[in-house]
Amino acid sequence: MPADCLVKIRDLNFSYDNRPILNGINMDFPRGKVVAIMGGSGCGKTTLLRLIGGQLRPTGGSVEVNGQAVHRMGHAELYAMRRRMGMLFQFGALFTDISVFDNVAFQIREHTDLPEELVRDLVMMKLNAVGLRGAHKLMPNELSGGMARRVALARAIALDPMLMMYDEPFTGLDPLSLGVIGQLIRKLNDALGATSIMVTHDIQESMLIVDYIYFMSEGRVVAEGTPDELRATKDPFVHQFLYAEADGPVPFHYPAGDFSADLLRSNARG
Amino acid sequence: MNRTVLDLWVGFFVAIGMAALLFLALKVGNLSSSNFSETYVLQAKFDNIGGLKVRGPVKSAGVVVGRVANIQFDSSTYEAVVTMNVDTRYRFPKDTFASILTSGLLGEQYIGLDVGGDERMLKAGDTIAKTQSAVVLEKLISQFLYNKATEGPEKK
Amino acid sequence: MDSLRNLLVGLGSRVTDRIWRLGFAARFFAAILGYSAQTFLRPQLLLREIWFSGVLSLIIILVSGLFVGLVLGLQGYETLQRYGSSEALGILVALSLVRELGPVVAGLLFASRAGSAVTAEIGLMKATEQLKAMDMMAVNPLARVVAPRFWGGVISMPLLAALFSMMGVFGGYLIGVVFIGVDEGAFWSQMQASVDFREDVLNGVIKSFVFGVAVSLIAVFEGYDSVPTAEGVSRAITRTVVTSALAILALDFVLTSFMFRSL
Repeated sequence: MPADCLVKIRDLNFSYDNRPILNGINMDFPRGKVVAIMGGSGCGKTTLLRLIGGQLRPTGGSVEVNGQAVHRMGHAELYAMRRRMGMLFQFGALFTDISVFDNVAFQIREHTDLPEELVRDLVMMKLNAVGLRGAHKLMPNELSGGMARRVALARAIALDPMLMMYDEPFTGLDPLSLGVIGQLIRKLNDALGATSIMVTHDIQESMLIVDYIYFMSEGRVVAEGTPDELRATKDPFVHQFLYAEADGPVPFHYPAGDFSADLLRSNARG
Repeated sequence: MNRTVLDLWVGFFVAIGMAALLFLALKVGNLSSSNFSETYVLQAKFDNIGGLKVRGPVKSAGVVVGRVANIQFDSSTYEAVVTMNVDTRYRFPKDTFASILTSGLLGEQYIGLDVGGDERMLKAGDTIAKTQSAVVLEKLISQFLYNKATEGPEKK
Repeated sequence: MDSLRNLLVGLGSRVTDRIWRLGFAARFFAAILGYSAQTFLRPQLLLREIWFSGVLSLIIILVSGLFVGLVLGLQGYETLQRYGSSEALGILVALSLVRELGPVVAGLLFASRAGSAVTAEIGLMKATEQLKAMDMMAVNPLARVVAPRFWGGVISMPLLAALFSMMGVFGGYLIGVVFIGVDEGAFWSQMQASVDFREDVLNGVIKSFVFGVAVSLIAVFEGYDSVPTAEGVSRAITRTVVTSALAILALDFVLTSFMFRSL
């Protein structure tokens, strides 16, 4: 791993009401790279993003962004840090009561005193980057899922963040929009000189665009490497995930007792 | 929603809301007629004030000239001390007569001021000397019955 | 023995839950007040919320006020004329509206029209992660979303109650004077003689202000605290209407007993 890392995570622990979610996570996110965190649903990926963004506090370990410990920041420091972060939420989370233009302009207007003409130019630039300059007058409910995701992306990069975080950017998209979003993530990262962290379970798409991948399962990192390394690996977990096999190290069944015993019991009751 | 249209509506709403408050204050309430801008204090002592209440009207010749400000019991003379705020526009002679009256048979009670002929006027803080207490209906009735009872047998 | 223990545990957890929520609501209220300065520095946000909870409630408030006044006029006349004092109709209509019906009924209508809408709006923003997104954009949702909605309601409510009372008096006038033929002069003069500005009108305004604070706080709190699912939001809306109604009636009793206790 190169020494210059924008985000460093060391021995990170997190639990909800004594229920452990993350166990001793160590991760590095080098500047200028796109890194994916993968794993099945409910393995704590999204929680990890929220810990990096400072929306949750870890129960142990440390999260450093740009050399500063996020978990020890006060409210004002955290907000100053978040101005340099962009986050794309799972379903876009656009503000439904204002237009596409106002959505993208939101952060610019909230955090700067730029004159309205300049705001307009900036917003149009961002919308143009995602190919939706023509849609600036629409309301969010008039957009398709893929378009909404792209508007949300334009909104997330409004202030040219140094760190971009994507929470399941591919969920619920058709294959065409999926490819568009994937390419956008890569292109924008390189154009902005930003660092991107992408939480996803869409293997095929992410293998094409990312530089490095962490595999998580049950709150732990179980495998990591570049896409090429992972394709070559013999690790059963990665293999199962890559080729979408139903059963393997990740069991198909939620932990339960013996099925025949269950059946007998319900018969006895009936 | 266009910004100017929104502003217009909110402006309209606040304006009619304020107008409604003004309507309640002036047309429904008595802000216009009875809140005297400047008043002076007069006092009067009564043996019995009946059902007189604080903020009850003080009238002279039927016109409201002031309001009852305070009612206290004087434990040395066993009388009720009534403090009134009277509009500074109205002055009353020294020998003004204060009585507690009832509007209608069962209406609210008020203080009536009957003007005398003295040339000196009452000053702020003065006490009205001549007063008449409230007529208590129960006493009136029992007195009437008592009289009837005592004169009854004599007629036979 | 075990079922008794479970019963006690269940009871205990419900009680601590309630207390915890109450404490959370109090801290939430303090936080809103803390961010209020920012709200008043950006009047455009506040204007939108006054429009949302005030202007949009106008129709229902005006129409209901008129009908309540009409009914008061009819019923009041019916009763008063038995005692030959139908001129007192003005007093009856005005006093009942200004002291009680105006603030209380307007408050109940406000809770079900504007309060539920505010809860739904904030609840849906939460369910669709808009509040989280805002927080990640370094914009505090309490300051940007919650506080303006709270103050919009607090400002709208007294104005709506006054409008309700005015329409009610107008309705009483319509029935009493225009249709039945009570003397117009007596109607207004008796009303003015017995409705006191400070005692009745001002106390009514204070009541409506207190109701406005209560309903707005309940509405924004239920929205902010809702479970972020479709079902959670719909339950939060129901709770807003029910809790607001109870709060209004209970507060009305408390305020009335303080305000109109004659010496």
